Amino acid sequence: MRLHGVKMKTNPPFELVVREHGPAVLRMCTALLRPGPDAQDAWSETFLAALRAYPGLEPGANVQAWLITIARRKAIDSLRARHPVPVDSLPEQAAPIDGFGPDGLFENAGLWDALGTLTELQRKVIGYHYLLGFPYAEIPGFLGGSAASLRRAAADGIKSLRKLLDVSEES
Amino acid sequence: MSELAMHEIDRLKENLAERAAAEGLIDVSYRLVDSPVGQLMLAATGRGIVRVAFAAEDFDAVLDSLAEKVGVRVLHRAAPLDAAAMQLDEYFAHARTGFELNLDHRLSSGYRLEVQLALPRIEYGHTASYKAMAAVTGRPAAVRAVGTACATNPLPILVPCHRVLRSDGSLGGYLGGLDAKRALLSLEQDPFGN
Repeated sequence: MRLHGVKMKTNPPFELVVREHGPAVLRMCTALLRPGPDAQDAWSETFLAALRAYPGLEPGANVQAWLITIARRKAIDSLRARHPVPVDSLPEQAAPIDGFGPDGLFENAGLWDALGTLTELQRKVIGYHYLLGFPYAEIPGFLGGSAASLRRAAADGIKSLRKLLDVSEES
Repeated sequence: MSELAMHEIDRLKENLAERAAAEGLIDVSYRLVDSPVGQLMLAATGRGIVRVAFAAEDFDAVLDSLAEKVGVRVLHRAAPLDAAAMQLDEYFAHARTGFELNLDHRLSSGYRLEVQLALPRIEYGHTASYKAMAAVTGRPAAVRAVGTACATNPLPILVPCHRVLRSDGSLGGYLGGLDAKRALLSLEQDPFGN
């Protein structure tokens, strides 16, 4: 196991990056996109883009955070390819909420399982808003409905997640 | 992870390696092969086979060192190593006495490289002493340096450092362990596999 913050001369062989983070990136792509070809394509595009850029990645960088950033972009590309909607620009960093930031989400296999118990609408709105960083106003372009109804779906989904994962409302 | 998900990841990894190869994005390809001297790891660059490693060396440590010395874009991909794997099978089956492979010697330099380049002159089934190799490479006093060159040979078996023994006939050392050295020497003494 590698320790974060340990100064290394070079980053680990890319094979180890795929071995270590491949499953989590696939879970992320599957939660955001239709399971199957779309999620698999996003996974492949993520690691191919990562491989291209890998020699330039600063040694000892947080590879996981870097991969999440790339995977977010590829998931957004995939969504836009299927739902050509006018959106001004790429959403900036996802807005994290307590216990549900991108890092926590990515690490927590239990959370991915919990997401799977939500309705498809709840899972997608939560993924698009909290992980990909889309404002609610833009999500009807992908999922239909109104911003208000999607916000309600997300709130219901978050409530279920908190109950499932035993995260206090106050935190 | 479920077995199905692992299978999906394996397939995705394989496709990734093929696309990466098509785009020329791989610094080092590697694969594992089974052999009578234990599992071996074979690694290749675009120029040829760059590393043969014994399990005793710890394959992950070898991959780390390849990332550092050759390039970080190291991926599992069998195809570039198929010919090497097949020739090694033939060698262990007594059906081959020499290798016809492109070798990438970039992991060695200086006198070590000179010695390693001279090693294939010791023919299959024969041995030479460290002292004799020092003489052959024009540095008769460099017996210890020959020992180091053999001990750091990045391409064992293909570059036959196992054929170098002490002057008194004792084994000396071997990266893959003395059992492996003994096994290779006895294999070559018994060309028909009897």
